[in-house]
Amino acid sequence: MAVFPFLVVAWIVAVGLYGLVTSRDLIHQIVCLIVVQSSTYVLLLGVGYVTGGVAPYFYDIGRRALAVDPVVQALALTDVVVEAAVTALLLSLAVQAHKKFGTLDPHDLAEFKG
Amino acid sequence: MTQHAVMQVLQVVALVLVAAGATVVVRTRERVRLVIALSAYGMLLAILFFVFQAPDVTLSELTVGAIALPLILLLAISKVRKPE
Amino acid sequence: MTPKLRLWLFVIGVAGLAACYLWAFHGLPGFGNYPGPYGPEILKRAIPETNATGVVSAVNFDYRGFDTVGEEFILFTAAAGMSVVLRRLRGEQQQEQGHSPADEVMHRNVPPTSSALRVAALVLVGPMALIGWWLATHAQTNPSGGFQGGVILASAFMLVYLSGESIAFRRLSPVDLLDVAEAMGAGGFAAVGLAAVVQGLPFLYNYLPLGQSPGAVSSSGTIALISFLVGIEVAAAFMLIVGELLEQTLLRRSGRQKEGSS
Repeated sequence: MAVFPFLVVAWIVAVGLYGLVTSRDLIHQIVCLIVVQSSTYVLLLGVGYVTGGVAPYFYDIGRRALAVDPVVQALALTDVVVEAAVTALLLSLAVQAHKKFGTLDPHDLAEFKG
Repeated sequence: MTQHAVMQVLQVVALVLVAAGATVVVRTRERVRLVIALSAYGMLLAILFFVFQAPDVTLSELTVGAIALPLILLLAISKVRKPE
Repeated sequence: MTPKLRLWLFVIGVAGLAACYLWAFHGLPGFGNYPGPYGPEILKRAIPETNATGVVSAVNFDYRGFDTVGEEFILFTAAAGMSVVLRRLRGEQQQEQGHSPADEVMHRNVPPTSSALRVAALVLVGPMALIGWWLATHAQTNPSGGFQGGVILASAFMLVYLSGESIAFRRLSPVDLLDVAEAMGAGGFAAVGLAAVVQGLPFLYNYLPLGQSPGAVSSSGTIALISFLVGIEVAAAFMLIVGELLEQTLLRRSGRQKEGSS
């Protein structure tokens, strides 16, 4: 249990990269990128966890309660929303590529004619 | 079972589900099914974040992963679909 | 480079990455034994210093406010980049073909939206907008904040589109208003920080009055204000993103309706 979350993070990264490398569709590649990025959230939260700690909100519990680390939660929180916007930008580039080349297969997209 | 043990079991189960969900998302090839799988993966992630005592991140992941991302993906897919 | 060669290169690369990763494990203190010192220090000081019981939002908008400004500008740039790419794409298509994409997809038959979907979506728009607003303005007390509230606000507007009223969606959120709202949100955040510099304090210092009791809505100084501005900006950014992707679909649908009625 001491290292299990980090093993899961490594598995998600490996699986996501495998999907990225063996994909034949640009949309599928973008989704694999999302999966790889989600592994970083799990890593951040796994690093900041304190056994027996509660969420760092003290509205109705005492001030001295043991709480998990709030800094990594702040980082992960903004990350999640920004990832969606960057994915949208990638998707618009994919749409543009489809318009120019007629296909979304990365193997066929690699040919840039002069 | 003590409270710590219950939390540990929940966390292990959530982690295993997330690992399985990631595998399923990567192995799905057809586009619309991919979007539904990604939406389910987002919800599994939200459950994991909740069990890790991070309700803020849970809210973010739920709204983004189950609402905004699938909508954006579906709109983009509908743009590149060949007319039947 | 054949697929097999690529796969073998990938396997070698991932093996190397896994080796480095396992080596890095040995330095980690294990899951659950977070050693600090940054986390416990902030937990001790957050409520006395900022009167905000939601420590994560206090970290986001006060202690690490500079990172949040950077992230918000990533969001802003992504929405702007999307507008540039897709508007140019739409202009090109309308130049090439006489009637644009409405022609190609007139034969695509889209099933009409069912009444249950329309009613459910329209009924939920109000509560969702309210919840989004509530989340964006209560960052300092509960697990909420500008980012989540903004996305939920944008989703409330997307529900209008989902219920089949795409023209209403367009009229409800004209692009110029959204551009202005997004710029106001992002610029407002930077302006709040710069107002601190003008007063001789560091950038993004918390200079507004902190309020009486911790956890009240009107407490914690600039945190509440920044969260509200971030909520506006995120909502506008997401509505712009969806609106840009929707333009194409709208053209098709209006083209099809014209064809059907003629």
